[in-house]
Amino acid sequence: MIELQGLTKRYGDKTAVDDLTFTVRPGVVTGFLGPNGAGKSTTMRMMLDLDNPTSGSIRIDGKHYRELHEPLKHIGALLEAKAIHGGRTAYNHLLCLAQSNRIPARRVDEVLEIVGLAPVAKKRSKGFSLGMGQRLGIAAALLGDPEILMFDEPVNGLDPEGIHWIRNLMKGLAAQGRTIFVSSHLMSEMALTAEHLIVIGRGKLMADTTMADFIAENSRSYVRVRTPEPEKFKDALAAASIIAVIDDEGAFEIEGAESAKIGELAARNQLVLHELSPQQASLEQAFMQLTAESVEYHAGGPAAEAGEAAAPAPQWGAAWNTHTGKEA
Amino acid sequence: MAATTAVLQSEWTKVRTVRSTVWTLASAAVLTIVISGLFCLLFRTQWDTIEEGARAQFDATSQSLSGLFLGQLALITFGVLIISSEYSTGMIRASLSAVPQRATFYLSKVAVAAGITFVLGVIVSFISFFIGQAILGGDLDTSISDPGVLRAVFGAGLYMTLMVLFAVGVATMLRSPMVSLGILIPFFFLISGILSAVPGAKDVARYFPDQAGSKIMRATIAPDDPAPYSAWGGLGIMALWVIVALIGGYVLLKKRDA
Repeated sequence: MIELQGLTKRYGDKTAVDDLTFTVRPGVVTGFLGPNGAGKSTTMRMMLDLDNPTSGSIRIDGKHYRELHEPLKHIGALLEAKAIHGGRTAYNHLLCLAQSNRIPARRVDEVLEIVGLAPVAKKRSKGFSLGMGQRLGIAAALLGDPEILMFDEPVNGLDPEGIHWIRNLMKGLAAQGRTIFVSSHLMSEMALTAEHLIVIGRGKLMADTTMADFIAENSRSYVRVRTPEPEKFKDALAAASIIAVIDDEGAFEIEGAESAKIGELAARNQLVLHELSPQQASLEQAFMQLTAESVEYHAGGPAAEAGEAAAPAPQWGAAWNTHTGKEA
Repeated sequence: MAATTAVLQSEWTKVRTVRSTVWTLASAAVLTIVISGLFCLLFRTQWDTIEEGARAQFDATSQSLSGLFLGQLALITFGVLIISSEYSTGMIRASLSAVPQRATFYLSKVAVAAGITFVLGVIVSFISFFIGQAILGGDLDTSISDPGVLRAVFGAGLYMTLMVLFAVGVATMLRSPMVSLGILIPFFFLISGILSAVPGAKDVARYFPDQAGSKIMRATIAPDDPAPYSAWGGLGIMALWVIVALIGGYVLLKKRDA
């Protein structure tokens, strides 16, 4: 259990993390989502007591990080930036960390086995590929067999095989009842692994909700229908009291009816259909809308455009805040 | 609190498992012994041509430790590397996540650096002394039992330890290995020596850590030594520098984001 209370970090007059309050609960994978520069890494560094908060506090199982006896046995972390001396072998890197927390040396061999680095244990990590470096970082996080694990952008820069491996590892660790807190700037990645979701943008909390609620609320599903006889189709829908919206291209968007029913309805009325397809709005889109306003660096495009695209954001955020408010 | 003995063990592992620290220590030992030997050889072969004033300055003990002038540069590099390599590689984040108590982490690092250098320093001093005396030969050499000699040879080990700790403190404050070495090496290799020869600046340079500390390595007091402190007093002045540097390092380590 990790509890953040009013966590704030300022660099000069720039606020990187702005009054964050949330709880990471045990036994689930909590996704920590936000665009690049939203303050995810800063928050995680403060959780590990590497950076000092300007105000607010963090408690890990009720204690400050600095009060933890042998912290590696409570919480293991993979940070985004490399934290390995390249001149040391993989084994020795893990050994010096293990010794500081009185973790037996045989555990070093175990974690090297788990992450698949046993064959290169005696090699200097300088020559490691990005994926191997990431595995070594994860081995360090697993050293103390901690109940809480934190991964900052674990799949960044990895090849598909590495991504697959990390996903399965996280799922396996969560299945053992551990608390997993994983950050990402990719909604699609979160949708695959996280059960709970914390979204931040420009250091502010934008959503704290379950993945299921997030999907229910944001993935509007509907059936898209195109027909050369729109007037007749409209009548047929009205007769069946089904409500439809017609989009810019003249296609029908029908919510609350299955595609099979609509197909049968069209058949009964002997109508030709050119398209009958179930649709789902992507979560990626929902996330981008939510954080559009808070994105630190827009890629090109005139400012006016960015502002327009951002317009729906406050609404989205507000909706979630009231939602989570009800839950709490 | 992470157990201090566990953290000490961890810091010891860190030192022995990278090549750079092992190599800097080895070069410190070799440089000190070999250069001292060469200086002794030079004095012995050139003794007849040396003027009276320089002869009066001659101290067989400090002569046999004179290679430390170069050896200390390798020691400074060692002191700088053991802390600044943590910053330059990012290892500091892993280290402080494992040992978040800054005082425990820092004191363990300092203690391991001090322990290693002290043991190595005393051994190197004695080897350097005995080889130097053998080279100087019958007329010029001195004995370990002569007044002040044991203090000087043992003191050289202490001098090396303090020099390393000074480097650790400065490097903890500066973090970057390049910046730390870029300041410390020229200072001790050139600036301190040059200033100690310039009238006026001399009186200030006398209180620099290396100038004050190195007085311990003379068995006899030079006839024209104007320094207003004793051999141990000089080492005390050096120790003050070290304490200030170490405290500065600790304050910044505690305050700063890693």
